[in-house]
Amino acid sequence: MTVAGYAFYLFAIVAVAAGLFTVMARNPVHSVLWLICAFLSSAGLFVLLGAEFIAMLMLIVYIGAVAVLFLFVVMMLDVDFAELKAGMAQYMPVGLLIGVVILMELSLAIGSWVFADAAPKMRVAVAPAPQEVENTAALGRLIYTDYVYLFQAAGLILLVAMVGAIVLTLRHKEYVKRQDVLAQMYRDPAKAVELKDIKPGQGI
Amino acid sequence: MISEDVNVILPELILAVYAMAALMWGVFTGKDRVAGPLIWLTAAVLVVLALWIAMMPAGRAVAFGGAFIDDGFARFAKVVLLIAAAVVLVLSADYMQRQNFLHFEFPVLVAFTTLGMMMMVSAGDLMALYVGLELHSLSLYVIAAIRRDSLRSTEAGLKYFVLGALASGMLLYGMSLVYGYTGATGFAAIATVVGAEGVGLGLLFGLVFICVGLAFKVSAVPFHMWTPDVYEGAPTPVTAFFATAPKVAAAALFARVLFDAFGGAVVQWQQILAFLATASMILGAVAGIGQRNFKRLMAYSSIAHMGYALMGLAAGTGQGVQSLLIYLAIYVTMNVGVFAFIMTMSRDGRPVTEIRALSGYARERPGQALALLFLLFSLAGVPPLVGFFAKFYVFVAAVDAGLVWLAVVGAVASVVSAFYYIRIVYYMYFGEEAEPLSGQMPWPHGAALWVTAVVMALGWLPSINLFGVEAVAQAAAATLIP
Repeated sequence: MTVAGYAFYLFAIVAVAAGLFTVMARNPVHSVLWLICAFLSSAGLFVLLGAEFIAMLMLIVYIGAVAVLFLFVVMMLDVDFAELKAGMAQYMPVGLLIGVVILMELSLAIGSWVFADAAPKMRVAVAPAPQEVENTAALGRLIYTDYVYLFQAAGLILLVAMVGAIVLTLRHKEYVKRQDVLAQMYRDPAKAVELKDIKPGQGI
Repeated sequence: MISEDVNVILPELILAVYAMAALMWGVFTGKDRVAGPLIWLTAAVLVVLALWIAMMPAGRAVAFGGAFIDDGFARFAKVVLLIAAAVVLVLSADYMQRQNFLHFEFPVLVAFTTLGMMMMVSAGDLMALYVGLELHSLSLYVIAAIRRDSLRSTEAGLKYFVLGALASGMLLYGMSLVYGYTGATGFAAIATVVGAEGVGLGLLFGLVFICVGLAFKVSAVPFHMWTPDVYEGAPTPVTAFFATAPKVAAAALFARVLFDAFGGAVVQWQQILAFLATASMILGAVAGIGQRNFKRLMAYSSIAHMGYALMGLAAGTGQGVQSLLIYLAIYVTMNVGVFAFIMTMSRDGRPVTEIRALSGYARERPGQALALLFLLFSLAGVPPLVGFFAKFYVFVAAVDAGLVWLAVVGAVASVVSAFYYIRIVYYMYFGEEAEPLSGQMPWPHGAALWVTAVVMALGWLPSINLFGVEAVAQAAAATLIP
């Protein structure tokens, strides 16, 4: 086995184990930390696959932004996770039953899984051959040329999500004192302060 | 290449740019003070787009490598849903103003969800389908909860969101199975594989999961659980919106996926559709009987009506698709009229949705009661009103496709459901005098109520002949199934 082979097994085992701990950890903060570990090992797997651009994206976007943001949310929100999980015991048997039934049906499907003859060729046809173009260029072509319609539509979805979050949560409270920059700039120092001559022992 | 593609999606592009500009305008000017004008402006844009799309020459154009299809079928659905969205938007202004939750984001979100619906009915690719569906649903989740100081409205939004996310998961899972089997996401490519090699077990699983996800969106039984709660909890204008345009989009999308991608496997999905249709018709008819709330009743009514619409789809023929399109157009018209009435039901400024509150209404306002009577009889499918012909076309399509039993079940369910429509009429005309409703009817609501009622009452006359919708729907269906 080559070094790459060892590296693959290392990353793969760590990724799967970290995923398992993400789900099983009792403390949500630990879950997020395990999630970061899983992201990190999948980034390693992407490097082994030769997709270094996606690997860097995993590092920068998922670990650097998403997971850390998630960590902040988990730590700052006052959510009692034990209470949330309390209802789980009640619904667990039914959920498990449905899960097992679907799993059995799916194993039936996957057991006799036959790809269409045309499938491998069609799947390859979407992306350019890796020998011809670089990662970044290939991704750019896919995102901004072939799938530009989907890319722009996905942007619209994010815009709607943002508008929705603001509509549902932003409240303009009457009594909040806001900074008015213009009012501050146009304020006349001469009129702002007034000197009063107070006689001793009298007060205003 | 890109300029030709842009020409094809020009109506969608204009709507997207308009929605963003309207958002900017609202944010940088008067905030909620511009909401009133913005609602009228958005409705005007939607109507103009509908007219433009209706005038487009026949023909089929494909853009972005098959991700977007512009054909007669898509144009028919777009015209219906654009007009429905515009009318409901205009009707909602007054109610939201009175209840003091008219936010300027509402028309913007309606524009976005309408855009998502237009993308759905034009989808030619599983990914385009999903993106359109999410754009549409995400806006709907938000407007269901737009009355954020109301517990019921927030609950409706949350419930819809959680169940909708589950349905999206199902849909995505099905799509990944379909992609795994066929190696393609484009409908045309999937159809080629299905035509050449048939439907294997894996592909069948994918098909079932996709059907589940879409059945949730049209609220077909057994994926209907969210409908009564969301309809009851959401503010009435939002409920009116839910009951009209999104149903058209989802049902049309259903037809698009089944015929464009799985047209070679009609036998496989026919039984799924027949089951969904049967269960929806029966449950919609039986469960509606016990309802005391008008909005909840309309939820069960919409479940039953979607059952009839899916019956047309279950026929699996061009005639079936034609009957589906006719059904959707007539269903939307009836619902717009009924909800125009429900929005004005109020007593001392507070909205009322109890059916019993209508007791003795006919003695107070005989004209409006008569208009509502026509609409309710039409919903029940009493001949010779137009609602009867909607069901008639569907039944004929089912019988011609050899599904006689399905048509029989539909006819029986239709008779059962007539009970709860006629009970409302009974309360209005023969109910004991209760505390009368005191709400006034603004002119847009009166116009919507009367126009739809007159259409339902007189549209069957041979000289009007359903306004020629039959021929138009036939041409539209022919573009889906050549």
